[in-house]
Amino acid sequence: MTIAAPMPVSERSASARMTPPSRFGDKAFEWLTLGMALVVILMIFLIGWQLTRGSSLAIQKFGLRFLTTSTWDPVAEEFGALPFIYGTLVSSLIALLIAVPLSIATAIYLTELAPLWIRQPIVSLIEMLAAIPSVILGLWGIFVMIPWLRNYPFPLLKKLFGWTPFFTGPILGPSMLAGGIIIAIMILPIITSVSREILRSVPNLQREAAYALGATRWEVTRIAVLSYALKGLFGAVILGLGRALGETLAVTMVIGNTPQIAASLFKPGYTLASVIANEFTEATTEIYLQALVEIGLVLFGVTIAVNLLAQLLLRTMTTTSTTRAVQ
Amino acid sequence: MKTLIMTNLSMSTSDPIVLETRERGTETVPDTEEVPLTFRIKNLSIWYGEKRAINDVTLDISANAVTSIIGPSGCGKSTLLRSLNRMHELVPGTRIDGAVLLLGENLYALDVDPATVRRRVGMVFQKSNPFPTMSIGENVTIGLRLNGVRDQKFLNERLEKSLRMAALWDEVKDDLHKPGTSLSGGQQQRLCIARALAVEPEVILMDEPCSALDPIATAKIEELIHDLKAQYTIVIVTHNMQQAGRVSDYTAFLYLGRLVEFGPTTKIFTNPSDPQTEDYITGRFG
Amino acid sequence: MMHSKRKDRHRWRKFKSALVSFGTFAAAVSVIAPLGLVFFHLLVNGASSVNWDFFTQLPKPVGSPGGGMVNAIVGSLELLVLASVVGIPIGVLGGVYLAEYGSARGNSMLRFLADVLNGVPSITWGVVVYGLVVLRFKGFSAYAGGLALGIIMVPLILRTTEEVILLVPNGYREASLALGIARWKTIVHVVMKTASKGIITGILLALARIGGETAPLLFTAFGNRFWNHDLSQPVAALPLQIFTYAIAPYDDWHRQAWAGALVLVIGIFCVNVLVRILTRERARTTA
Repeated sequence: MTIAAPMPVSERSASARMTPPSRFGDKAFEWLTLGMALVVILMIFLIGWQLTRGSSLAIQKFGLRFLTTSTWDPVAEEFGALPFIYGTLVSSLIALLIAVPLSIATAIYLTELAPLWIRQPIVSLIEMLAAIPSVILGLWGIFVMIPWLRNYPFPLLKKLFGWTPFFTGPILGPSMLAGGIIIAIMILPIITSVSREILRSVPNLQREAAYALGATRWEVTRIAVLSYALKGLFGAVILGLGRALGETLAVTMVIGNTPQIAASLFKPGYTLASVIANEFTEATTEIYLQALVEIGLVLFGVTIAVNLLAQLLLRTMTTTSTTRAVQ
Repeated sequence: MKTLIMTNLSMSTSDPIVLETRERGTETVPDTEEVPLTFRIKNLSIWYGEKRAINDVTLDISANAVTSIIGPSGCGKSTLLRSLNRMHELVPGTRIDGAVLLLGENLYALDVDPATVRRRVGMVFQKSNPFPTMSIGENVTIGLRLNGVRDQKFLNERLEKSLRMAALWDEVKDDLHKPGTSLSGGQQQRLCIARALAVEPEVILMDEPCSALDPIATAKIEELIHDLKAQYTIVIVTHNMQQAGRVSDYTAFLYLGRLVEFGPTTKIFTNPSDPQTEDYITGRFG
Repeated sequence: MMHSKRKDRHRWRKFKSALVSFGTFAAAVSVIAPLGLVFFHLLVNGASSVNWDFFTQLPKPVGSPGGGMVNAIVGSLELLVLASVVGIPIGVLGGVYLAEYGSARGNSMLRFLADVLNGVPSITWGVVVYGLVVLRFKGFSAYAGGLALGIIMVPLILRTTEEVILLVPNGYREASLALGIARWKTIVHVVMKTASKGIITGILLALARIGGETAPLLFTAFGNRFWNHDLSQPVAALPLQIFTYAIAPYDDWHRQAWAGALVLVIGIFCVNVLVRILTRERARTTA
C-alpha cells in the first residue's frame, strides 16, 4: 500500500470550492413535495364541489325525489334516478354472487393449497386479466358472450328457473344478467389479489399450530387461516363491490341501456355509470345535463362510501402490501 | 518511548492481564498536558424522548490521535459518536444538553447548520454503503459534486488523493467506472473512507468499521487508521477490545450512558483506575 | 374396532381436503378462463385486420369500408403525454413527501385518501373535467382528456413511488448526510436515484392503466375522425374509437374495432411485460 505525502491541514482547498450550505433548499423541497401530496385532498374536494355545483339546478328542482322516482323523460324534463340505482345495485349484486366465491376460492388455492410451481404463473395470468381495458371486454361481450349466452345458458336458465320471476320473459341478449356477468369478470382479479394478500398476511404460526395438531390441508385453511382473515376478506369483497359500482364501458355495451325496473334478469337494464356515458353528450337542455351530473354525484357518493368502508376493513389486517394489491 | 500495545488479553478472571510489548517505530504518545485538542465535550447529555442515552459526559478528544470509545451494548457509544457530527439528530425526538466544541466552536450553537458540521467531521459506518447506482469514481467525488464543486480537474485530483489516502488507489485505478458495489467488503469500506476523505474533513468518525469484515480486511483498515492519524483526528467506536488496544491512543469507557473512565489506552488496559473498567476489560461482564 | 373407525374418519377428512383442493383449482381455472377466451377471439377476429392500412389510414366516411385508425393511435399517445405532464410530477413528488417527510398520522391519512381515490369511477373524472375545462373553454380538447387521465394517474403513482422510496435502505441516506450533503439533494440524487427503477415501473403501470381508459374521454377528448394536431381541439383515442365502432351498425367497423382492440391489448401487455422484466432485474440486484 502506498500513501501520498500528507497534505497540510491548512490547505482547505475543497472547502473553499464547496458552496456554503443553505437551509433554503431543504425547506423549499419539503414544501414542494407537501403541496403535491396535498393535491390528493384537493382532488376529493374538487370532485364533490364540481359535481354539486354542476347539478345544483337539478338538486333544487327534484330534491330527494330524484332518488325515488323512476321516470326518466328528457322531453318532459322529468328525471328520476331510481332505475339506474336499481340497475347498478342489481348488476353489482349479480357480479358479487358470481365473483366472490370464485375469487376467494382461487385465493385460497393460491396461498394454501396449490403446488408452489403453479402459483406465480396463475398470479401472472390473473394480473393480465386485470390489465384488459373495460372497452375491450365490452367488445368481446357484445360479439361473443351475448350470442353464446343467448344460445345456451339463458335458455337453460329459463327452462330450469322460468317459474321464478327472475328468469321470465323473452331472451334478447343484452340484459341485466349479461351486465352482471361481465362486471363479475372485471372484478375477479381485484378480489382475488386482495384476498390473496390478506391470506398471506396471516402469520404462519397459526398454520403451524394447526398442522401440529394433525389437521389436513383444508382443515388448516378453514380453522387457522380463514377465521383469522375474515374481516380482511370481507374488505376485499367490499372493494370489489366498489369497483363493480363504477364499472362503465363494458356494462354499457351489454346491459341494454333501457331505464326500467323489472324483476326478470333477462330484461335489459341501465346503470348510473352507463346513463352518463350514453347520454351526456346528447343532453340538449341544461336541466338534462344537470340531472346527469347529479347522477354522477350519486355515483360518486356511493362509491366513496363503499371504498371508505373497504379501506377501513382492509387496514384492520394491514401491511403495505395489502393496500398495494388494490392497484 | 516505546508504545505498549496489547495483543493478548487473558479472559480468565483470576490471572492478571498478560501483555506483550512490541516496538512500533519511533512514534510517541504525547503527554496530555501539551497536546492540542480537537473536540471538547462538556457536560453532554442526550435524550431520545424520555430515555436518557448520554448522561453528563465530559471528554477531550486530542488532535492527530485515535480515540476509541468502548463499552457493552447499549451503553451509548454510537450516540456519543454521532453527537460529534450531529447525526444523532436524524432520529426524531432527540434532545441535547451541554456543548460539543470543535476547535473552540460549539457545534450546537443556534446558528450552526448541521451540514457545515458534517463536512468538517466525516463518518464511516459499520456496514459499508457505497451508493449502488454510482461508479467507484462517482462515489468518491459525490460529496464534492453535490456540494457545488464543478471543476473537473480538481475533482479528478481529489479522487486520486482520496483513494491513495484510503490505500485503495492501486487496486481500483483502472476500474474507476465500475460500480461501487462490485468491490469486496473490505474494499468497499475503504471506498467509503475515501468518500469521506474527499470533502477534506478535519475529523473522521468510525462506527465499528470492521465488525462486518474478515481479519485480513480488518488488519488493512487498522493499518490505514494508523496512517491517517498523521493528518486527521480519528474517533472510533468498537465493541472489540483488542482492536481498541491495537489502534487507539486514548480510550473512553462508557457504561449506561456515563463516562466511567478516560485516558491513554495503555493505562486503561493495564492499570485502570475504576473497578468497573477493570471488570469490563477482564471480561467479567460484556 | 375403534382403530378402523378412526382410519375411516381420517380417510374421509383427507378426501374432503382433496376435494377442496380440486374445487379451488377449478375456481382458479374459471378465473383465468375469460382471459384466454378474450385473447382467442381478439386474435381470431382482429388479427387479419391489423394490416398496413390500419396503421396508416384515417377512418373512412360512415358506411364506406376500409380505412384505419392511425389518428386514434397517435391521439392516444398525445393524451398519454399530456396526462404524464400532470400525473408524474404530482404523483412522484407527493410520493416522496409521504416517504421522507410528514408525521405518521398525517401521512397515514393521506395514504388512506389516495387509496380511496383510486376507487373513484373514472367516468366521474370525465364529468368533473367537463365542468372545469370543456365548459369554460367551450369545447372538447386533448387538454381536457389529458387532464382527466392525468388526475387518475396521481394516486396510482403516489403510492408506488412512496413504496419504492421506503425500500431504499437508510444507510444510504445517512452516508450522504454525513458528507454534509443537503437533505433535499440526498433525497433527489441518492434516494430517488436508487429507487429510480421502481419509480419508472410505477409510472409505466399507471400509463398502461390509463391507456385503456375510455369513460373519462367520452366528453373531454371526445374523439375525432380526422387528424388533429391542435391540442385545444377534440382528439381521437384508440379506446374511444373502438367503442364508437363497436356499438355502430356497420360490420366493417366491427372488424376494425377488433383490430383496434388487439393492437391496444398488445400495447398494454408489452408495457406489463417490460415492467416485469425491470422488476425481476431489480430483485436480482438487490438479492
